[in-house]
Amino acid sequence: MTRAQKVEEKFFKLLMILATYFILAILAIIIYSIFEKGLKSISWEMLTQVPQGGYYYGKGGGILNAILGSLALASGATLLAFLIGLPVALYLNVFLIRHKRMISIIRFLLDLVWGIPSIVYGAFGFSLLIFFGLQTSLLAGILTVTLFILPIMIRSMDEILSTVPVGLQEAAYSLGSNKSEIAFKIFTRQSFSGIITAVLLSFGRGIGDAAAVLFTAGYTDHLQVCSPGDLANGITRQK
Amino acid sequence: MDHNTKIEIRDLNVFAGKTQILRNVNIDIPKNKITVILGPSGCGKTTLLKCLNRLTDLYPELKVSGRIMIDDNNILAAKEDIYKLRQQMGLLSQRPYPLPMTIYNNIAYALKLRGIRNRRETHKLVMHYLQQANLWDEIRTRLREPASRLSIGQQQRLCLARGLAVNPEIILADEPTSALDPISSQFIEETFVKLKNDYTIVLVTHVLRQAKRIADNVVFMYLGDVIEQGSVEEVFGNPKMEKTKLYLGGTFN
Repeated sequence: MTRAQKVEEKFFKLLMILATYFILAILAIIIYSIFEKGLKSISWEMLTQVPQGGYYYGKGGGILNAILGSLALASGATLLAFLIGLPVALYLNVFLIRHKRMISIIRFLLDLVWGIPSIVYGAFGFSLLIFFGLQTSLLAGILTVTLFILPIMIRSMDEILSTVPVGLQEAAYSLGSNKSEIAFKIFTRQSFSGIITAVLLSFGRGIGDAAAVLFTAGYTDHLQVCSPGDLANGITRQK
Repeated sequence: MDHNTKIEIRDLNVFAGKTQILRNVNIDIPKNKITVILGPSGCGKTTLLKCLNRLTDLYPELKVSGRIMIDDNNILAAKEDIYKLRQQMGLLSQRPYPLPMTIYNNIAYALKLRGIRNRRETHKLVMHYLQQANLWDEIRTRLREPASRLSIGQQQRLCLARGLAVNPEIILADEPTSALDPISSQFIEETFVKLKNDYTIVLVTHVLRQAKRIADNVVFMYLGDVIEQGSVEEVFGNPKMEKTKLYLGGTFN
């Protein structure tokens, strides 16, 4: 190595080290401030009670309603998106295999809708609500979040399914399996862990996003015991 | 068609876009013999094999024309039931691809596709095919483990057992020993020699010694053309074509 090369090597190594520590430092600051400010406020009561008499103005109670609401919303949406998304991803990778152009068009479209900001989904869901004359409800929220996380679900499953080796597919075909057998027996098993990752990723996006549900799920400050029939009936509408 | 001939290939042409991969291929593959397709890499051997069980259907860019007769059936005809056709053949590829399930289920799955669902019979046949592939003694205690935990050589023999489990008449093998160590290769070769009484075997290879050891018939291919075919004594002992002589002499590959 010449002297110049050695200097170059050292310089870029230093840059990489600096960048890494910079990111780590920022993370540490964020975590520190969360704990520093949060630890003294958090309590068991806060997690297990609903707001009492204007909690958001500093009075008593907790945030149980918000926690349960988010969980119900995100789980429902993830389940729906999974049930729709898995067949789509399998269809792309198993049945459309002879139509390469079609596949790339569909992938492109999915990537496009992936990029739409969630507030747009919220507005879209809201306009649907108005059109059908419905009230804000958990179900409306779930449907909107489903639309929002569906492209994420499909594309991340698609990404993992497309890595199933051609040789394995040929081996399965040569045994005389048909395409649905190959989709559900071979592809899903081979990519099992990747499919779980896709589900978790979608769940994370669903639970973390507020804008999509702002208009559609509404707001409540209490818990309601509900029957499935109430779901569509605006159970969480503002009082 | 001669009754000793199992597969008769006539005027087979395969194009990938504008490139011609196989050019007017005519081959007779005799019943209960090992036919070795020999030739340098990229001469169309693998494509020829994929035509035989219509795996070419998976690749839209491949255009296949001509006739392949198996027992007086043109398998390239559109109405042919390709799922049945593929069960007439066991495929052994260059690298083993065990299915993502247990060792036992790899065989049981093939049996199920063949229509065997009875548990006791499945049990008996799994053992039978693993024995036939020379694998049973090594793995009899590990049947419930994932197949991916086996060594490459064991996986290849598992794939052979799986291929046999669909009860084929023909075994297609695409350089089945190229990824294996010498001992596993020898296992596979010995198994082939044992199996040829019951099956018609088509073996693709570029290993001359392997061809010499186990072949009954040899087809020599070069750049998509069949240069020469005949019994192993004829082709190796007294090659007629200049290209065959050069290849067998190791002058080019």
